[in-house]
Amino acid sequence: MQLIYEKTVPGRRGVKLPQNDIPVKKKFPEEYRRVELAHLPEVSELDVVRHFTNLSRLNYSVDGNFYPLGSCTMKYNPKFTEKAAAIEGFAGLHPMLCRVPKAEILVQGALAVVAEMERLLGEITGMAAFTTQPLAGAHGELTGVMLIAAYHKHKGGARKYILVPDSSHGTNPASAAIAGYTVVVIPTDKDGYMDLNEYKNKLNTDVAAVMLTCPDTLGIFNPRIKEIADLAHQAGALMYYDGANLNAMMGKARPGDLGFDVVHLNLHKTFATPHGGGGPGAGPVGVSSRLVDFLPTPRVVKNKSGEYALDYENKRSIGHIAPFFGNFGVILKAYAYILLLGKQGLIDASEIAVLNANYCRVRLKEYYEPAFDRICMHECVFSASRQASCGVHALDIAKFLIDKGYHPPTIYFPLIVKEALMIEPTETESKETLDRFIDTMIEIARLAQNDPDTVRRSPVTMPIKRLDETKAAREPDLRWKPKG
Amino acid sequence: MNYIPHTEKDIREMLEVIGVSGIEELFKDISPELRAKSFHLPEGKSEFEVLEYLQALSRQNTEGLVSFLGAGFYDHYIPAAVDALSSRSEFYTAYTPYQPECSQGWLQAIYEYQTAICELTGLDVSNASLYDGGTALYEAAMMCVRSTGRKKILVDCGLNYIYRVMLYTYTSNLNIEFVEIPVVHGQSCRDSVQQYLDETTAAVVIQNPNFFGAIDDHTDIIERAHQMGALVIASVYPVSLGIVKSPGEMGVDIATGEGQSLGLPLSFGGPYLGFMAVRSQLMRQMPGRIVGSSVDKDGKRGYVLTLQAREQHIRREKATSNICSNEALCALRALIFLCSVGRNGLKELAELNFQKCEFTKDCLSEVPGVEVKRSSPTFNEFTVKLPRSAQKVFTAMLKKGFISGFPLGQFYKGMDDYLLVTVTEKRTKAEIMRFAAALKEILCS
Repeated sequence: MQLIYEKTVPGRRGVKLPQNDIPVKKKFPEEYRRVELAHLPEVSELDVVRHFTNLSRLNYSVDGNFYPLGSCTMKYNPKFTEKAAAIEGFAGLHPMLCRVPKAEILVQGALAVVAEMERLLGEITGMAAFTTQPLAGAHGELTGVMLIAAYHKHKGGARKYILVPDSSHGTNPASAAIAGYTVVVIPTDKDGYMDLNEYKNKLNTDVAAVMLTCPDTLGIFNPRIKEIADLAHQAGALMYYDGANLNAMMGKARPGDLGFDVVHLNLHKTFATPHGGGGPGAGPVGVSSRLVDFLPTPRVVKNKSGEYALDYENKRSIGHIAPFFGNFGVILKAYAYILLLGKQGLIDASEIAVLNANYCRVRLKEYYEPAFDRICMHECVFSASRQASCGVHALDIAKFLIDKGYHPPTIYFPLIVKEALMIEPTETESKETLDRFIDTMIEIARLAQNDPDTVRRSPVTMPIKRLDETKAAREPDLRWKPKG
Repeated sequence: MNYIPHTEKDIREMLEVIGVSGIEELFKDISPELRAKSFHLPEGKSEFEVLEYLQALSRQNTEGLVSFLGAGFYDHYIPAAVDALSSRSEFYTAYTPYQPECSQGWLQAIYEYQTAICELTGLDVSNASLYDGGTALYEAAMMCVRSTGRKKILVDCGLNYIYRVMLYTYTSNLNIEFVEIPVVHGQSCRDSVQQYLDETTAAVVIQNPNFFGAIDDHTDIIERAHQMGALVIASVYPVSLGIVKSPGEMGVDIATGEGQSLGLPLSFGGPYLGFMAVRSQLMRQMPGRIVGSSVDKDGKRGYVLTLQAREQHIRREKATSNICSNEALCALRALIFLCSVGRNGLKELAELNFQKCEFTKDCLSEVPGVEVKRSSPTFNEFTVKLPRSAQKVFTAMLKKGFISGFPLGQFYKGMDDYLLVTVTEKRTKAEIMRFAAALKEILCS
């Protein structure tokens, strides 16, 4: 498709601006004026509407396609939550009102949403307190690691290391490193668990924290998780819970009960807020009682007359990590989702997510090598190693699935599984959808043996074929440029 | 509601295929002593019930006041097309475009967004967006520390106070030295820059227009910084770039900012949009996603996530940042906003904001006791000195139906009597005149 810039006709106008109803008196001072106007498009409103409508049609999305992208929890996003976030009393509310002293009275409804979400997320995860400030999951991780650093500093011993299993999300070691820690990687044992002996070897009084995903990125719940937490605590280290996979265990287990001290949640995963093509997310962080004092300011509290107020007084707080209370619109959507589902709805979500993943696992394990042949939680991980030996790689399988109308599973992650295919169906997909997807996967397994070229040629039905990614990186073309 | 399609029969058949007797058996790894100790949540409700409840909550927020509040976050008109197009679920229910063949719509939109940000800022390369203006500034500061190998940063106090404290929070464990450059007559203090800028300085951080609304031309500071081998970060207000000299024209190395003013609702603080553009030499130091153009096997143009060797999913602890997601949907809204307003429209929008603000200054100047600060030019907000506490005037003005601005005493010592007043294109002549009249009533009573 042409770029919107290529549709420019000089002089063509889109939206009409409000009339200038005041007597024009002053000229903008020339010495501060930009010389050349930005080359923004000059198009009509219909040009804009048609352009973006047609662009939207080139995307796969949850609303259009089965999207079993492992670790991303691409569940259905209820339409109602969009309506909730658009309520004018919330959408039009200026955040700086909460920075005007004594003006909290003007934002009581919004503060109630924040306070209620902190309370509900605390109950769901078993944590003592929450902050909604972090703007995404990775931002929550960074916040969590900063809380850990503040805790150790307060205790009088700055520690150096953070332990991370080799199956972790890349954001875990990156967040730890950015907060100033050295990352120590713990390998995975033959059963898919973090190697306990290696863990014990690396754990010492210079370790600040252990960052774990639970269930882990292989879709496995580690039954010895409490033992791991106890060992960490004995060494004076804290336990960090990457909440990417909370959708597997709502109502079944809670990170707080398992011994975790810090939790980040991805509201865009477990709590069904739309992924928005890569964001906005929201990454609230919950803490155990020993970390409450270090939470970001301000905190939403109730004053004596029962009104919500803001508390900036906490001297131990790590400070501001976002201007206000996080991605409020996203938090509001997640709040609406929790209210709609309620206690039983959340339990059902986790149960059916696990049922769907195991159904895929069992029906596919005859055709694809399971990473670990055992009951899984909300996602199942295969290796396309059998297919790779016929020259059909995980990437080829992904591209063939695109031709069949499916968004591919996560491929090449976790890094410790060769040719990984990570399937997370989520609870909102029906048995028929899973059956059709599984049948396609079986067809690919057969083609890999009989007609590998057909798979390797895919996709053939999309607007483009496979792109030259090396060229993209070696000769970066990152923007359109006006001619001349 | 639980949005689960399974019938009893489906569940029975699936359990049979799996070979377990019930769903609970699938959770056997979670032993009884690890089970949830509590799960006290309300029962689920219908859409209608939740809507009634949320609407009632929303009415506990202020409504119907005429607002002159900005202070970094602005109430501009959002064209209907922005809502209509960004509400297409082919956009909002997709995820990060890892698979380019089925994500060309998103990838092309981000490539177009990157172009718009480069054009606005006058710089070479933009990423696919960051969380917000504050985190974008922090990421920029870290880029400067990495690429210069130095640890001193000069921060102009005209920078949004909230961003300044965020910067301090993030770097508290990293041994970075900050020097605050005072604001004199609304603009950056040249003498202080001269005094503190040296060969150990990684970056100078400025904001234009600054938090007090004042416009500056930082070209001289930037030249001096470059002579010392330091980089310059400018936090900018995108709507102002319709007329105000761009960071590129001044020689800035990294421009960041809050993109909320480009078609995003105020929404009590988020989701917003952090943008970042840099000179091409800094391209591989950038955090976050970047989209590039390439060709497919048949030579057809297409778009793909690129330069991923910087990122956490490849580099893990050695990545340039821990960022995974961007604010794609917010970036899309900004792009649609800029396309709808267009090249000349953005200039006119900026002019309109400037003119309305100047008119408001004139109206307020006529109110006895109000001193409009005019030492430097402004874009669409300005400071006034009041004869009494700005906080008290703010409260009194609420009763007259106005959010009168932002009392500056909260952020700046000695400025208890100062109010930051913002005027966007949404304020009419009649509202501005009523505003001045109400202020007069309060101050003269």
